[in-house]
Amino acid sequence: MDSSAREWVVNAVLLAALFAVPLWALLADEPFYITLASRVAILALAAVGLNIALGLGGMVSFGHAAYFGLGGYVAGVLAFHAFHGYPLAIGLPGTTSMPVIWAAAAGLSGLLALAIGTLSLRTSGIFFIMITLAFAQMLFYFALSWPSYGGEDGLPILIRNRFPGINTMRPWEFFLLAYAVLLLALGFFAMLRASRFGAALMAIRQNPDRVAALGISPFGVRLVAFAISGALTGLAGAMMADLTRFVSPAMMAWTMSGELIVIVILGGVGRLFGPVAGAAILVAFEVLFGGLTEHWQFWLGLVLLGVVLFARGGLIGLLAGRARHG
Amino acid sequence: MAEPVLKLEGVTRRFGAVTAAADVNLTLFPGEIHALIGPNGAGKTTLMALIAGKLAPDAGRITFRGRDVTALSVAARARLGLGRSFQVSSLIPEYSARRNVMLALQARAGHPYRFLFPVIRDRRLTEPARQILARVGLAGRASVPSAELSHGERRLLEIAVALALQPAAFLLDEPMAGMGLEGTRTLTAFLDRLRREAPILLVEHDMDAVFALADRVSVLAGGRIIASGSVAEIRADPEVRRAYLGEAAA
Repeated sequence: MDSSAREWVVNAVLLAALFAVPLWALLADEPFYITLASRVAILALAAVGLNIALGLGGMVSFGHAAYFGLGGYVAGVLAFHAFHGYPLAIGLPGTTSMPVIWAAAAGLSGLLALAIGTLSLRTSGIFFIMITLAFAQMLFYFALSWPSYGGEDGLPILIRNRFPGINTMRPWEFFLLAYAVLLLALGFFAMLRASRFGAALMAIRQNPDRVAALGISPFGVRLVAFAISGALTGLAGAMMADLTRFVSPAMMAWTMSGELIVIVILGGVGRLFGPVAGAAILVAFEVLFGGLTEHWQFWLGLVLLGVVLFARGGLIGLLAGRARHG
Repeated sequence: MAEPVLKLEGVTRRFGAVTAAADVNLTLFPGEIHALIGPNGAGKTTLMALIAGKLAPDAGRITFRGRDVTALSVAARARLGLGRSFQVSSLIPEYSARRNVMLALQARAGHPYRFLFPVIRDRRLTEPARQILARVGLAGRASVPSAELSHGERRLLEIAVALALQPAAFLLDEPMAGMGLEGTRTLTAFLDRLRREAPILLVEHDMDAVFALADRVSVLAGGRIIASGSVAEIRADPEVRRAYLGEAAA
């Protein structure tokens, strides 16, 4: 079996497993594991977003928590106003409709990424990492010190938001929703990667001077990719807020940015299903070792070190071999 | 004579106290190969970077196809039809030979903001890429990642990428470097025919190739063009012999 056929098998197994675990939990009446699977799906969605910037574009953003948190706050704030029945400061009413919240979360996060990208993409390497971190920290401290929406205490979402035709309060139905959105995002990622835009973006990661000499401006392509990346991660943030029914500045903390990078690296940078594999590993570690020792992150760190040193393609690379571009 | 495709007037660039390009005047006319030679450190690389747009000049003007391009970016000049090959092969390492050429074809076709259709099934890219690779003799290596090609094959792929751009002028930076005798001979014959498609500004160390190909030769030394003329004139020029040929022939 050649490596691309093997990758499809690995991907299919991952998808099936992510579906089978909560299905088993549903039948066994273990709702905790359904919620866990939803968490994997939503973290994977956030990492699919980061994978566009980091994996396809080679932009090591250490500030994707900004988009994740902004998405979360969009969900929290809109639900807050809908619950209390008074409009936002800008006059708009709140809402509990997920499609509306998602559109707002993705749109605003995309715009934020566009603004941050415009300023950050003039730099590269360590400077880019630091400047994206700095912007995310600015937002973190802003959320921390903004008392209208809970400040450092965070903002609970009292009623889970609604999606037409689905009872989102039921863990299984909420999982199906998250799973479906993840599938759509993976399809979108695959489409993007195969397109002319993706071809230019991946080429810029490898050799920006060459691509400029062909007549394609690297800055523009990177910026658009960065905005798309931020929008997807923002969407995931809104869904995470609904899963936990709580948003707090912690969603914007640098540790969250780091977690997203860890997910992408563990799974396989630039690989279609890397985020799914990475999110599953992260959550599995949290559950399996989090109960045994409070130092579970130490063991996760060791695994990460192993991946970086010995398996650069992450779990997907380990199982399916190197990525090839026909 | 016709209007020059490319024209440099008084182009100057300093790095601190070093003047890497000093008041350079240079023209490239349709149908010709204009060779640029000079000893190491003469400023050839700087001049190529100035023409391509990687460096901005401190003074002077660069006109390309009748337009002042002095302030334009690398990408904008490329879109106007300046097709560049690099001295050290500069390709997309993970991409196959085919995809390297397809990327150039895509760049020529227009903006990259197309998100829907998969490139590998796009016959407007795959078909011409196949023809271009066949033309430079890389048909059998089309699906090999460019990082895994031999040095000579990478040089040919550089040419293929430049061809795919169908430029109004070629800017070839030492295309013969490291090619070996046989490869140099083949490439010389190839460039000889290529000048009919678009004029070539050729920076080259291989004097046999330069003297076989060039319609005109300009000699760069210390950032300054010290001589310019036909192959015969350059060979006879005493200053050139002293600055460059003497050392190379010795």
